[in-house]
Amino acid sequence: MFRYAVRRVLLLIPTLFLVALITFVLALSAPGSPFDKNPDKPLSPEDQARLNHIYGLDRPIYEQFAIYVANAAKLDFGISIVRHRPVVEIIGDGLPRSAQLGLQAMFVGLLIALPLGIFSALKQNSPIDYLSVGIATIGTTIPSFVIGILLIYLFGVSLHWLPFVGWGDSCGPIPSCDLRKMILPTFILSLAPAAYLTRITRASMLEAIRQDFVRTARSKGLRERAVIVGHALRNALIPVVTIIGPATAGLIVGTFFIEYIFSIPGSGREYIRAINSRDYPVIMGTTLLYAFFIAGANLLVDLAYGLVDPRIKIGK
Amino acid sequence: MATVSTPVTTQQRSADLNVIRGKQRSLWVDAWNRLRRNKAAMVGLVIVVLAYLIAATAQWVAPYDPFNQNTANNLREPLWGNPQYRDPSHIFGTDQLGRDILSRLIYSARISILIGFLPAAVVFMIGVTVGMIAGYAGGRTDNILMRFTDAIYAFPDLLFLIIIMTSLRETAVGQIVGGLLLMFLAIAVVNWIGVARLTRGQVLSLKEREFVEAARATGARPVRIMTRHLFPNALAPLIVQTAFAIPTYILYEAGLSFLGVGIRPPIPTWGSMLNEGFVVFSTTPWPVLLPAFCISIVMLAFTFIGDGLRDALDPRMKL
Repeated sequence: MFRYAVRRVLLLIPTLFLVALITFVLALSAPGSPFDKNPDKPLSPEDQARLNHIYGLDRPIYEQFAIYVANAAKLDFGISIVRHRPVVEIIGDGLPRSAQLGLQAMFVGLLIALPLGIFSALKQNSPIDYLSVGIATIGTTIPSFVIGILLIYLFGVSLHWLPFVGWGDSCGPIPSCDLRKMILPTFILSLAPAAYLTRITRASMLEAIRQDFVRTARSKGLRERAVIVGHALRNALIPVVTIIGPATAGLIVGTFFIEYIFSIPGSGREYIRAINSRDYPVIMGTTLLYAFFIAGANLLVDLAYGLVDPRIKIGK
Repeated sequence: MATVSTPVTTQQRSADLNVIRGKQRSLWVDAWNRLRRNKAAMVGLVIVVLAYLIAATAQWVAPYDPFNQNTANNLREPLWGNPQYRDPSHIFGTDQLGRDILSRLIYSARISILIGFLPAAVVFMIGVTVGMIAGYAGGRTDNILMRFTDAIYAFPDLLFLIIIMTSLRETAVGQIVGGLLLMFLAIAVVNWIGVARLTRGQVLSLKEREFVEAARATGARPVRIMTRHLFPNALAPLIVQTAFAIPTYILYEAGLSFLGVGIRPPIPTWGSMLNEGFVVFSTTPWPVLLPAFCISIVMLAFTFIGDGLRDALDPRMKL
């Protein structure tokens, strides 16, 4: 197990290296110099050369890449071309909000999906089952930004029940105000993981209640509740662990859209801003950081899976 | 192999007779019959065919030129909207530049259909070829492919697409047809890996089977074994995967255009309509709601088809 864990951690390195390489090459292939912004007042060749020298752009490309990777390892992603601030600071400003949004959404998703998945498996082919399968289909099919827009129209624009702009940490000391602003974005972001989780929970619960050990538990006279909760559910929830990886990836991409739609000042919206203004240091730094999170989440899943499910034998 | 004589059942005999009479039902006929009985899949198919027809005949179906601006007549409500701001000649109203929304929706279907099918075809060809060779040849080719895909497999496609679209938008390729060609290429580059992995897995399990061994024993060359024996048998899950991939690509376009890194304005796409209309959303929701409905319906239609195909081709298949 220990050797496996070490090997898995070491495997993070090529993944991150590859992502760094891809972002670096793509940023490099973007046309235009970062300094020559004004076509009416072109930089003199001397100034251009001086700036290139200061920023290390006159060195060979492989050297630039090596410097970039070495700095990135120290969490130094350079300085934003547009905001003129260190990229780490910009990410640090938004990340707590995005993380909160993501974690809340994951929690709400679990809260919706687990009961829905379990009940629909226990009452297979009943109206509850059809309802939850229907919800799961819609949730996995229609993207969150489209559902988001429809829900904003329903609850925000026409019914005026909920606010739909901002995150609310700037709206004074009244905590209820903050909370209300969080409801719609959190709920909408939670829909995709909720739908996905419902499917997995339902499928694995259906499989679990047909297993021999459940029949045994029932035939030895255990109460139905004990059979379901103590035997079936415990085993059915194991595969649910595996979604942490894809869910992290999905939530990160989800925050781009949700923060953009709701104007939440998180790192997702900052990323979109960076994209639209071609702020390459921010784009590259954020992408690398996201890659690290996703790879880390997948690592966690692989390690946790072996611990949760003793049937899985992890090779040396 | 030793032959063992077994008593012939009636079922077998009638099957044999069917073969003699040329009535043997192939896997595909069977699958089609199963698919035809699936109501949701048929509804989905009808919607997709309709969308395709509308897209193909856009210049005749659309009542107006989708690029024609008339700012004096902008933000008209649709027929069911507020009568004060209605213009009966624009059924779905107009956007903030006074362009006819219905016509823009119709032309958008073109982009979506293209984005759905063209990259899917390219991805399929590249993925199948690479996966076939990797799975059949094994060894180093296989190793390189698997190491490479392991490293980036978990990384979300949309993030890759965003990076590619952003950095290559200003290049010559990025300018062609408002970025459409770049998006085709980006989608193909990011997605062939999934097809290659699935093909490889299929080939790995198929190549040890007797019929492949038999083909090899009769002296068939690798290319023939791959094209005539492995490919047809690996096809079913690949079709299902492709059926689910098509709506995903349409979604990529919508998402990228919504974020402002997809197809350039003024080319209408459902995603860019969302992007442009979002500015006026809280006062005039229809320029955003209508494309949102279109995306939702087409997405559901494709999912129904995909689910139906999966059930029809192999009920045990898990994708």
